[in-house]
Amino acid sequence: MPKKFEKYIVIFFIVLAIIFPLITQNDYYIHIMTLAFIWSIAVYGLNLLAGYTGYLSLAHAGFFAIGAYAVGLLTVKIEMGFWVAFILAPIITAVIGFFIGIISLRTKEHYFAIYTLCVGYVIYLIIDKWDSLTEGVRGLMGIPAPANIGPISFTTPLSQYYLVLAILLLVIFIIYRIINSLVGRTFIAIRNSEPLALSLGISTIKNKLLSFVLSTFFAGLAGALYASFVRFLGPDIASTAITFDLLMYLIVGGIGTLFGPIVGTTLIVWISQNLQFLQDYRMLIFGPLLTILIIFAPRGIMGIIGDWKVKSSEKKRNKEAQKSQSELKKEA
Amino acid sequence: MYLATKQLTKQFGGLHAVNEVDFTVEKGKINAIIGPNGAGKSTFFNLISGVHKPSSGQVIFKNVDISNLPSNKIAKLGVARTFQTTNLFEKSTVFENVIVGHRLRTNSNLFDAIFRTKRLQQEEERSKEKALEVLDFVGLTKSAERVVANISQEEKKRVAFALALATNPEIVFLDEPTAGVNPDETEELSSLIVKMKERGITVCLIEHKMQMIMEMADKIMVLNYGKKIAEGTPNEINNNEQVIEAYLGRSASA
Ligand SMILES: Nc1ncnc2c1ncn2[C@@H]1O[C@H](COP(=O)(O)OP(=O)(O)OP(=O)(O)O)[C@@H](O)[C@H]1O
Ligand SMILES: [Mg+2]
Repeated sequence: MPKKFEKYIVIFFIVLAIIFPLITQNDYYIHIMTLAFIWSIAVYGLNLLAGYTGYLSLAHAGFFAIGAYAVGLLTVKIEMGFWVAFILAPIITAVIGFFIGIISLRTKEHYFAIYTLCVGYVIYLIIDKWDSLTEGVRGLMGIPAPANIGPISFTTPLSQYYLVLAILLLVIFIIYRIINSLVGRTFIAIRNSEPLALSLGISTIKNKLLSFVLSTFFAGLAGALYASFVRFLGPDIASTAITFDLLMYLIVGGIGTLFGPIVGTTLIVWISQNLQFLQDYRMLIFGPLLTILIIFAPRGIMGIIGDWKVKSSEKKRNKEAQKSQSELKKEA
Repeated sequence: MYLATKQLTKQFGGLHAVNEVDFTVEKGKINAIIGPNGAGKSTFFNLISGVHKPSSGQVIFKNVDISNLPSNKIAKLGVARTFQTTNLFEKSTVFENVIVGHRLRTNSNLFDAIFRTKRLQQEEERSKEKALEVLDFVGLTKSAERVVANISQEEKKRVAFALALATNPEIVFLDEPTAGVNPDETEELSSLIVKMKERGITVCLIEHKMQMIMEMADKIMVLNYGKKIAEGTPNEINNNEQVIEAYLGRSASA
């Protein structure tokens, strides 16, 4: 498949995302889509760490919640200006991520997953139990919508949709730049084999920490958007159930692929939206579907497309090789 | 003295995997380490390349004690290595696999990546040129765009060499570079190793294939149960009583 063709597909989807609200004209659908985009941003963070660096963090919802509560607490309790709070939130999350990263990255593989699972639960407990700060289970209310930027206001679902879409596209662009650079190659080398990466002179400690901090930054950013969009926060957003939702989006879309997070997240958010009438029984459909997908396509939807591309280019190569061989024969 | 170990020892629990080994690597030569399975050869390499910290003793490289340096710092000094089992990224192309080998000679950081700075572009260009250069050296130019999962075992070995060479090493440690390939391919890999030496790279390798070692090595050390039992030219090793008893006698057919 030629590169140009891929470019057109990407442009097609961007245009589709831009005109989507005009097509539906339905505020509820716009709302759902905005939420899906916010979750996607968090999943992109998870993908950088779990997909490209090979470290499955199960504290991701915790960092999402830290970003959300940072915006919430700064605007509600300190009455800080919205955009300052919004910019501070992912930075605060990344700083906390830095310290948690230093400790948790001393472990590997399953131990890392279990350790971060505990970290995520501790974050949940802190939010849940520290009533005086976070309002606990009562929830944090009165978070302002994004403040106007000059003449642009963000009070309607439509304007919020475009704000989130713009940030999502920026995030995808940044991730694209990272994974296609020497920095991304370094992450991938670590995922592939840490002893090999070390033997190639790569400081695995530094690079893993960088990936971890970046992943928490994007989780915090998504959380900050969530807070200003939903404008009410409860401790549940830090729960492990959310972490596993994010992980499911990533696995379905394709772990370690550029478009896996957005594909998986929008797809599942829409499917579960359409299966809402089944209530909790929808898991009866989801469970087997997910199992089948993991058995037949461990790298998700984008993984299937990637494998298919590899196969077709390998076929082309074989054909060309045969052709040049038969030409040689003819000459002889 | 170029690279030397002094009373190098590694204990795993009660087991002396490497036991008080004194060894000097001859600069610009092919140095071989042989010994029966479990003799401690790989562990010896791991000690030099910083994968393991020695229990006691030292590794001296160009008059600097590198015994306690981490692997990545040792690699930066110009010491490269391959592993007994190749662990390449199977889903990626040969070329893509090798580019990262030059990473240690570049300085681009996250900022450079996000803003695609001039430095990043130059360093990426340099890494790609390096990858093409080493792939040419190991004879894989034609397979550069192939996915690693689809190439032969022998080609994978070559990719592993290319990766090590992309780090700009002055000395390479090859752990069983021809394990699992057929005799013809072994010949080809051997001539590639000789080519490395001709390029001015010091080679140190572990091998079980005696004929190959006897033909190409300038110097051989024999390990048995973690102890050095002999050291010398292929001829000296061939005639060493202790070696014949401990090693050749048992697997002379190898
Ligand atoms: N990380 C480790 N922990 C515990 N024991 C180890 C470790 N690595 C190696 N050993 C033990 O040390 C001894 C030497 O192993 P080593 O891998 O160095 O042998 P080798 O000479 O490379 O053998 P082979 O020819 O089979 O590759 C073996 O008994 C092995 O079981
Ligand atoms: Mg070994």
